[in-house]
Amino acid sequence: MYAQMVKSEATNDDPEKLAEFQAKIDAGIKIEPKDWMPQGYRKTLIRQIGQHAHSEIVGQLPEGNWITRAPTLERKAILLAKVQDEAGHGLYLYCAAETLGVSRDELTEMLLDGRMKYSSIFNYPTLNWADIGAVGWLVDGAAIMNQVPLQRTSYGPYSRAMIRICKEESFHQRQGYDAIRKMAEGTPAQKKMAQDALNRFWFPSLMMFGPSDKDSVHSTQSMAWKIKMNTNDELRQKFVDQTVPQAEFLGLTVPDPDLKWNEERGHYDFSEPDWSEFFDVIKGNGPCNVDRMAARNKAWDDGKWVRDGLLAHALKKRDAKVAAE
Amino acid sequence: MNNEWPLWEVFIRGQHGMSHRHVGSLHAPDAEMAIKNARDVYTRRNEGVSIWVVEANNISASSPSDKGPLYEPSESKVYRHPTFFDIPDEVGAM
Repeated sequence: MYAQMVKSEATNDDPEKLAEFQAKIDAGIKIEPKDWMPQGYRKTLIRQIGQHAHSEIVGQLPEGNWITRAPTLERKAILLAKVQDEAGHGLYLYCAAETLGVSRDELTEMLLDGRMKYSSIFNYPTLNWADIGAVGWLVDGAAIMNQVPLQRTSYGPYSRAMIRICKEESFHQRQGYDAIRKMAEGTPAQKKMAQDALNRFWFPSLMMFGPSDKDSVHSTQSMAWKIKMNTNDELRQKFVDQTVPQAEFLGLTVPDPDLKWNEERGHYDFSEPDWSEFFDVIKGNGPCNVDRMAARNKAWDDGKWVRDGLLAHALKKRDAKVAAE
Repeated sequence: MNNEWPLWEVFIRGQHGMSHRHVGSLHAPDAEMAIKNARDVYTRRNEGVSIWVVEANNISASSPSDKGPLYEPSESKVYRHPTFFDIPDEVGAM
C-alpha cells in the first residue's frame, strides 16, 4: 500500500500498562498524542504514517509530469486540483506523525537520505496521457482500499487525517476512470493507449498491497494495535474483485491470462505479481527511483532560501513589534 | 539554529453562525503565512468562511492523567440534566 512492509517495532514496556493499552484499543477507544503508548506502537506508527506521507508527496511527481501536457484546459485544471490534493494529504499525514514526537523536517530528511521509503508504485513512469487515467483509476483505487478501513485506526490523529483524505480520494479515482474511459471509447489508437496503460499498471498496482503477510508477526502485532486493519491479501482480493468489472465496462482486458471468476469462492482467481520485481524496486532499482529522489532533493535544496527568508522576515517583524512595545 | 517553521493549529468556521472548529495543523513562519497556508490546505472545497490560527506552543492542554479528578465529579450530578425531573403531563410543555 502507500505504506508497504512496515515492520512493527518490539516493545518492552510494563506488562500491566501494555494490557491496559490493549484493552483500550479492543474497546475501540482512540489513543491520543498525550496518552501513554508502548514504544513499539509509537515507532511503528511514525514509520507507517511517515511512509504514507512521503508517498503522497512523491506521488505528485508522476502526475505533475503531465500537467503542462493535459489534452484540454479542463483536464489540466482537474489534474492540478488532484496534485494539489496530494500535497494536502501529505501535510495532514506529516502533522499526524508529528504528534508522535518527530518533526516534519526530520521526516523529510529521512526520506531524502533514503532512511525512509515511499510506495513502490511511484517508481514507475507515466509515459503518456492514458497513464494519468490509469494512475487515478488503479493507483488511487488501490490506495482507497487501504485508506477506508484505516479511518477506524486506533490512533486519533491518524484516523482523523484518513477521514479527510478519504473524502477527497474518491474524486481522484473518478477523474482517472473518467479520463481513461474517454480514451477507451475513443479512436482505435486511443483505445490501444488505454489498454497499454492498463497492461503496464496492473501488476505494479497489485504490488502496492505488499507481499502476502498472513503469516507475518509484524502484521499480527499491527493488527492487534489496529494500525493495520486487513491483511495484504484481503485488500488485494477486494481490489481485483472491484476493478475487473470496471475494466470490462471499458472494453479493456486485464493482462492476466489466469484471471477467472471463481464461483465457489465468490472471488476472482488471479496471478500474483512478480515479487522479485517488487523487491528490486523497493531496493532502489525501479525505472524512476533515481529521478524521484533527485527531484525531491532538488525541491528541498532549491526551496531552502525561501524557507530561511520567510523565517528571517517573520523574526524581524516580531523583533520590531517587541521593540515598539 | 533550528530553522523549522513553527507549528500552528488551525480553526475553521464552517459556515456563518457556527463556531470555529479545530481542523488540523500546519507549519508556517508567521501568522499571516499560516492563514494563507490554511486556506490552501483546509478550505479547498468550500469548507470555511473564516480561519483562526494559533501557534501550537501557545496552547495549554489538560493532561490525560487528570481525566479522573476533572471529569468524574460530574458523573454523580445527574440533577444537572433536565431529564432528572419528572414533570406531570398535565403541566404541559416545559
